[in-house]
Amino acid sequence: MIAIVDYGVGNLASLAGSLASLGLANEVTRDPARLSSASHILLPGVGAFGDAMQKLRDTGLVPVLKSQAQKKPLLGICLGMQLLFEKSYEFGEHQGLGLLPGEVCPLGPDLAAAGHPELKVPHMGWNRLDILRADPFFANTRPGEYVYYVHSFYAKRCEADTLATSPYGAAVTGVVRRGLVYGTQFHPEKSGSAGLRMLAAFAALGGQPAERL
Amino acid sequence: MITKRIIPCLDVRNGRVVKGTNFTALRDLADPVELARRYNADGADELVFYDITASAEGRALFTDILERVARQVFIPLTVGGGINALDDFARVLGCGADKVSVNSGALKNPDLIDAAARRYGSQCVVLSMDVKRVNGSYHVFAKGGREDTGRDALAWAAEGAERGAGELVVNSIDTDGVRQGFDLELLDAVCARVRLPVIASGGAGCKEHFAQLFAHPGVDAGLAAGIFHTGLLPIPALKAYLRGQGVEMRL
Repeated sequence: MIAIVDYGVGNLASLAGSLASLGLANEVTRDPARLSSASHILLPGVGAFGDAMQKLRDTGLVPVLKSQAQKKPLLGICLGMQLLFEKSYEFGEHQGLGLLPGEVCPLGPDLAAAGHPELKVPHMGWNRLDILRADPFFANTRPGEYVYYVHSFYAKRCEADTLATSPYGAAVTGVVRRGLVYGTQFHPEKSGSAGLRMLAAFAALGGQPAERL
Repeated sequence: MITKRIIPCLDVRNGRVVKGTNFTALRDLADPVELARRYNADGADELVFYDITASAEGRALFTDILERVARQVFIPLTVGGGINALDDFARVLGCGADKVSVNSGALKNPDLIDAAARRYGSQCVVLSMDVKRVNGSYHVFAKGGREDTGRDALAWAAEGAERGAGELVVNSIDTDGVRQGFDLELLDAVCARVRLPVIASGGAGCKEHFAQLFAHPGVDAGLAAGIFHTGLLPIPALKAYLRGQGVEMRL
């Protein structure tokens, strides 16, 4: 079973629906026992970093996620990916889960510094995914496929763990990995067939393949 | 870079997709869930659902359709029609919508834009406006294009952006349904005024109209209904043509 972490943030129904369409058993849950028995964990998220991190703390799941991330594949999506990092500068400075070294910074000033002040923020829409490092996560992905982004902040100082980026003035961090911990800045559950194929590849990672429905 | 987007729009009334010309004369066309599935498979970049029913019964039917679509379609879904309060945002987001489009509700109560952007984020709030030329200027119309509000469309677009809308749909009543091309003059005026992503709506009749549209760099997406629903312009063929014209497209 793939556990989708329910901490009151994000469109969980579409994530659950995309896993179901792949024939993968999944459960939206905040029960530590269910996270422990899951084969894989998805950490979704939309909204602001500080608020989401506080909601996650309120569920008491932070230590559970940190320990489970050593044992089974975990995928953070969009804001869920940003929470994996050490800190974020969205509306002040906030500590993240610290599962990945790096920090989450506003995109706007970096676009301007890169000579692209005309680019709109949020970075919203379909962008090409440039794969920098081969990984089983891309087992079903062809070069040059497009994925769907909606975000105004992005992960930086995480080059060593970056698997893929998308071109938007600067190279925007798209997919990260450290050990069993994965993150996508884009929404695989909103990225059509390309996104579903990445979710299928994620479900095949780790010692224990995800259960079929 | 971000691709230009092709967006089919499904106007739903009493559980069926309908399409009118110049905002009137509705014709029954298709089952919305089936059509949404087809567009998802055909490479549509996003879907827009407008609830054009007035009755509570029609609304319940729409909510049910939305839930079924959200479970089967894995591209962004925008929902509009009858959005007058934060509760309406909660209702359609709860059914699986990713973005919510406000139109008459925001004209009646502009603070709705601010409140929704604060609660759900600007990326979730799409300001949709129906625009028609009146005595040489652009007026915003309410109630599905039936009522002239007297508001200046460019000023309203700027105010919407200021209040926190994340995207703008510009429907030209003058070009809607007549398939003679998008209202490029209106779109240029809007793009010069606001920095939001702009979705052009009204007037698409053939693939060349989309090529003309995307030659205007401020426009991010083209929205159409009838020419897609009737099969007159298949989306895969349209996107392949546009890529051939040098427009970045997801194929």
